[in-house]
Order: sequence, then structure tokens, then C-alpha cells
Amino acid sequence: MSAASYQITNVTKTYAARTVLDIPALAVEPGDILAVVGPSGAGKSTLLRLLALLEEVSTGEVSFHLGERRVTYASASTADRRQLAMVFQRPALLSRSVRANVAYGLRLRGDRDGRDRVDAVLERVSLTTLAEARPRTLSGGELQRVAVARALVLEPRVLLLDEPTANLDPANVRLIEKLVREQHSRYGTTIVLVTHNIFQARRLATSVALLLEGRLVECAPTEAFFNAPQDPRTADFISGDLVY
Amino acid sequence: MGAWLALRHFPGKRLFTVFIYTGMGMPPVVAGLIVYLMLSRSGPLGGLGWLFTLKAMVVAQVIIATPLIVGVTMGAVLAVDPLLGPQLRTLGATRRQAELAILAEARVGVIVGLVAGFGSVISEVGAVMLVGGNIDGRTRVMTTAIVLETRKGNFDLALALGIILLALSFIANFVMALGQGRLVERT
Repeated sequence: MSAASYQITNVTKTYAARTVLDIPALAVEPGDILAVVGPSGAGKSTLLRLLALLEEVSTGEVSFHLGERRVTYASASTADRRQLAMVFQRPALLSRSVRANVAYGLRLRGDRDGRDRVDAVLERVSLTTLAEARPRTLSGGELQRVAVARALVLEPRVLLLDEPTANLDPANVRLIEKLVREQHSRYGTTIVLVTHNIFQARRLATSVALLLEGRLVECAPTEAFFNAPQDPRTADFISGDLVY
Repeated sequence: MGAWLALRHFPGKRLFTVFIYTGMGMPPVVAGLIVYLMLSRSGPLGGLGWLFTLKAMVVAQVIIATPLIVGVTMGAVLAVDPLLGPQLRTLGATRRQAELAILAEARVGVIVGLVAGFGSVISEVGAVMLVGGNIDGRTRVMTTAIVLETRKGNFDLALALGIILLALSFIANFVMALGQGRLVERT
């Protein structure tokens, strides 16, 4: 199963006459971990929703490459969409057991004997003992681990993460980062991670993109991004005195 | 229909929603009057000859209960976390599958809507009397019979009918509560 990738060309996204995203070109290479950083309101989440094929671009094109196949929001089939999975900043779970939540995506795919896979992933997120618990009895960190588990169990070719560790304690952050790294090395998953935490970007990413006010400032391999930023605003952002 | 109202956007939705809420608060006897005028000989639907029949009563009851059920269902579906739909979509749910899951999340509210609709229908008296005519053996129902017997001074019979009506309502609600309990337990 080859890794998937994206090509973004001349994309703008406008909500009620306000342009929140304007990216002439950006590629997500197969097997990359791309971290998208930037202050809040920079359009990071909007970009991720476009990559998730949840929303259509206003102009331009986001094309999703699955081997030889290239699809867009309009042309993607359900099978194409099922090659990706996303984890949101605030998880919304079904009011069923943790196990049922994790199994949801597998059930949609008609996988009736995914019990072993569900068990394995529950083990990985340390929720085995809470498998039958209801989401409303869980803590914030546990909820987010369920949300990560229900995405990982699908072994998607693209994993989209929208601030997956914002508001979590360090132990949960470490666990989730470890899971992301594991998934990447095991399956060669292409990962796009939105974060406002540049340290997290540095720890996880193979390349980093900085967004400011909906515009792409710089996208470079992680080393180059942090050590030899080409744009003065990148340097400012890294050193923490970005003006915005 | 309530779920559809809550989940989809279309032009005029806000106005339509206002109509639904108005319908929820409409006095049943007004609904009865409208149905009466529509179905009466000189009314636009007079040709059907439905006035003072069971059909006319059913029409009136549907008009009374539908906004109630739709309104409560809509409220229940809107109360589900709006983030749930997109999140399920990114796990591979089709739009339809995501909507079914949202409806399942709102099931308790949907049942409440059905109970409320049922309650309004069995307790309704004004509209069914207007359009049904309270004809013995044909369009007389328990509520209208109670009115009649009370007027005639047969308080014993009226009271007995009242108790039976209450018991029927209790049984129906009890059965629904059982089913609801089973559902709630699972949440």
C-alpha cells in the first residue's frame, strides 16, 4: 500500500467574503510528516479541513493522490475518502462504549471481525481497562486517546491531526506523540499535523510549514526550517517574537 | 422531518422553522376549525365528503401532532454536538451514515417527541368534536364522550371514561418509558 500525498495549487478559501486561506502551491509528499504551524486564526484548521475533503476550495485545487489515482473534493469516492482519517482538537464521541467508538470506522468498512484490531489499538492507547466505559465518564486525555485510537485502527494512508494535544497534560502529549511516530514508522503513513506548538513540530515533523494570516510563509525540511529559515518572519516565529 | 430540518440547510428554512414552532403552540381547536372550514360543503376540499367522519378527525390530529413531534425531534438533533458529524465523516462515514449516527445520538429526544405527540392526540377534544361531530358509534371518542356525559349529568360514566383514558395513557407511556429506559441505559 503506497503512501498517499497531496498537491495544493492556487487554493483560496473564502467564508462570507473573508479570505481565510490563500496558498499558491504546497505539496505533501508521500510518507512525510508535515507540521503546519502558525498563530491561531492563521488558517491552519481550514487547510486541514480541505485536506480531509470535508470542504470544497473556493478557487484552485486540492488534489489527493492515491498511487496513480488523483481525486478532489468533488471526484473522491467513499472508498477514496476512507483512505484518510482525522483527529480533531476537541473529540466528539458517540454515546456508546469506548470499544464501539473505536470500532465505528471499521464497522462502516464492513469489517465485522475487527475485534482483534480494536483490542490491539486499545492496548496501544492504554485504554484496555476502559473498553466498556461510556465516553461521558472519561477524562479529557482519555477522550482524546479514544479519538486517536478510532483513527489509528483504520490504518489510514493519510492521518490528519488538528492540534491533537492542545490542552492535554504532558503524559498524554508524550503518549500521543509516540503513537503518531509509531504509526508513521509502521505503516509509512503520510501525516499532516496542525499545531501551534513549534517544539512539537520539531519533535515530530519531517517538514514544517508556517502559515500567517492564511498565507504560506515558508515550507522547508524541519532542520532547515529551524536552523536556516529563509523568511525573516519564520525566524521571528521560531524565536517567539513574531508580530501578529 | 425534524432530523432533516436540523441537519440540512435550504432557503426559507428559518421561516419554515417559525411555522413549526407556531404549530407547536397552536390551540387544537383552531386546527379543528381550519380543517372544518376546508372540509365543509362549501370549503375547498368539501368534495371529499370527509366532514363528520373518522378521516376528518385523523387529519385534524395529524395537523396537531406533527409540529410537536417535528419540533421536539429537531431540538433533540440540534442538541447533538455539531462537531460529531464532520468527525464521523473523516472516519469514513458517508453523509447518510453520519446523519443516522446523529439521529441515534438524539434518540431520547425523538422518543420524547413521540410521547408528547401521542399525549396531545389522545387528550384532544375540541378539534375532534368540531370536525367529527361526536356521532355515536362513528366519530365519538372517549374525550368527546366525557364532555357529552358530563353535560347530561352522568358524572359516574364520565368519570369512569376519564379513568379508562388515563389508564390507557399510562400504559402507552409506560411501554414507551420501558423502551426509552433500555435506550438510555446504553448511553
